[in-house]
Amino acid sequence: MKDRLKEILSSYKRGRGKLIPILQQIQERFGYLPEEEMVKVAQLCGVTESKVFGAASFYAQFRFTPIGRNRVMVCRGTACHVRGAPQILNEVKRQLAVEEGETTSDLEYTLETVACIGCCALAPCIIINNKDVHGRLTPKKVTDIFASTKKEGQDAG
Amino acid sequence: MPVRTVLLGQGTCCISAGAKQISAALREEIARLDLAGTVQVKHTGCRGFSQIDPVVIIEPEGLLYSEVKVDDAPEIARSLLPQGQPIERLFYRDPVTDRAIPHHRDITFYNKQQRTVLKNCGYIDPEEIDDYLAVGGYQALRKVLSEMTPEQVIEAVKRSGLRGLGGGGFPAGRKWEACRRVPGDEKYVVCNADEGDPGAFQDRSVLEGDPHSVVEGMIIAGYAVGATKGYVYVRAEYPLAVKRLGIAIAEARERGFLGENVLGNGFGFDIEIFQGAGAFVCGESTALTLSLEGARGMPKPLPRPRTTEVGLWGRPTLLNNVKTFANIRWIINKGAEWFASQGTEKSKGTAIFSLTGKITNCGLIEVPMGITLREIIFDIGGGVPGGRTFKAVQTGGPSGGVLPEGLLGTPIDFDSLTAAGSMMGSGGMVVVDEDTCMVDLARYFLDFTQKESCGQCSLCRLGSVQMLEILNAITEGNGRIEDIDLLIELGESVKIGSICGLGQSAPNPVLSTIRYFREEYESHILEKKCPARVCKGLISYIIVSDKCKACMICLRKCPVEAIKGGKKEVHVIDQDKCTRCGVCLSVCPERFGAVEIIPGREVKIHG
Repeated sequence: MKDRLKEILSSYKRGRGKLIPILQQIQERFGYLPEEEMVKVAQLCGVTESKVFGAASFYAQFRFTPIGRNRVMVCRGTACHVRGAPQILNEVKRQLAVEEGETTSDLEYTLETVACIGCCALAPCIIINNKDVHGRLTPKKVTDIFASTKKEGQDAG
Repeated sequence: MPVRTVLLGQGTCCISAGAKQISAALREEIARLDLAGTVQVKHTGCRGFSQIDPVVIIEPEGLLYSEVKVDDAPEIARSLLPQGQPIERLFYRDPVTDRAIPHHRDITFYNKQQRTVLKNCGYIDPEEIDDYLAVGGYQALRKVLSEMTPEQVIEAVKRSGLRGLGGGGFPAGRKWEACRRVPGDEKYVVCNADEGDPGAFQDRSVLEGDPHSVVEGMIIAGYAVGATKGYVYVRAEYPLAVKRLGIAIAEARERGFLGENVLGNGFGFDIEIFQGAGAFVCGESTALTLSLEGARGMPKPLPRPRTTEVGLWGRPTLLNNVKTFANIRWIINKGAEWFASQGTEKSKGTAIFSLTGKITNCGLIEVPMGITLREIIFDIGGGVPGGRTFKAVQTGGPSGGVLPEGLLGTPIDFDSLTAAGSMMGSGGMVVVDEDTCMVDLARYFLDFTQKESCGQCSLCRLGSVQMLEILNAITEGNGRIEDIDLLIELGESVKIGSICGLGQSAPNPVLSTIRYFREEYESHILEKKCPARVCKGLISYIIVSDKCKACMICLRKCPVEAIKGGKKEVHVIDQDKCTRCGVCLSVCPERFGAVEIIPGREVKIHG
């Protein structure tokens, strides 16, 4: 793991202002920010551990727990909200049996919300794995999406 | 030479609606019909009319095909054959007159707009610098470097009357001048593309559709204030914008518009992209610079120096929004007087809004300052769909407020919107109808801002949570009538007791909904009813007995087994068990429509 971290860090010149891009790269590699990696970043960047954790915990993008194989993001933008996003979020929670920010015990799904993905004409919408947008949803359509994705998963497995 | 160009919008919104697959299918069909020599397929940014995405445009005729599907590709390709005919069934139909409109220039959504910043979005390929050059790109930069002194550039920006379009509305020229005047050999230009407002997507659309216009504006700004380095602070949640901006910067560098010696003029300037990790408070300038430095993005305490004096790494820094920079090339090319001739006395030029919510024509619009809300919502937006009634429009996102029907004559400019209790903000415009609960909407925005509070100011950190708890109690049916005045008192205190724009504006949605829709708060508290039938604690789902066909669908799907009945036995919802999840309503076949929501929890009369 240390070698992979070194690889990430070697692309940055030592100096100011690179902490957030470094953390972003680590998260991209590991899916989250493991504690031991943050400690190493602090050592290698020459800043205190608290500064690294302080910055990481301030921003919505960073996670401290492993992520599921599929990321389900429910858009909580205003357009989605007035077109029924709360019911959509509830239904997704019910389908996956997790709360916002949690991962299913089989590590299959992580449920997140996002401030807005800017597809307001498709409101209310969810986005799976940062690419599949499902729009103009109703609670029933949510049930159908997970019925088919879960089935696909089982077929593939 | 191509005789025809097929324009395909490939913005995030278009792609979500399936534009990528259509492009592939269309290219394949065009090749199959051997049309590649006469037809050029061009990928562009979004044309803004998200409601009818994916859109295909055929030039030079100017035909527009709306809501195109992959299966339409063969027919579209055939229509491009020499003897081909336009496809009428794909024409856009006006929702009011139901008339088919073949040409995009005749569509009301477009022809009432005045597009400057968005002029090239949807026409040029954002990943091809030559496309930008073909529409006069980088001419403003050439002119500035060869004919103008930095002072003359600043003078032009001042004379134009351009105000910061990130929401603040501070005169751009004065900011540039202030930054120029501060001595220092190391200065920075920062473009704020940290569009954190839920329901606003114009910065993203500009970066996805015309990134070079922002790059060009930043280089000119660098020249004017004496900076050598620029940063674009863009949300990491905008991967496509980041990608296209990256391509634009690399291309500009390759062509000599960026680098140590811009256009051989001896002026050096380069731009780097910084991906913001997600914090709404970073819209505040001192927080944004701290974030760029790798720290927690918390606004500096008062009295704080201006960013133009002490900004990034303690150096003078010019910070403007995406749209402000995108306007610069037009001011230089067409002249400050041209720019100043548009808009109102104190707000010049155009305003861009993301028009969303309960609106017929959802999309991104650019309109002259001074146009009224009514013209935007009813002429361009086509009003509220589905025969519903307009209730209010929310502008300015979590920092703004709601405006009722009586204020639809309000002209759009920085000052009028503020006077009416809302604000221009970053340009979100969400229309709501009678099915939207104003108490719930206020609660929604406050829930957002209290989570985003950085926590430095006690009143923002604790006051906003206190306000949220009161709103939660009201929406759950536990409100007290004195809570309304308490919310006003708390809201005013949070505004006074916060050091940055987030806290100072966080109570706005609550205060403006109380100001214009106080009776809705009172219904929640006194009658224990949510008139818009939204707040879960104050509504009931019922099955209308003479509409129920006893089909068993809702009964089987109800997650808490609250529905009683059987085959040939009308279903009834057990109100004590019901969690108001809404599943029964969404599964009841549309032709029956037997499930209804009623305000209040008194269901015996209806059950």
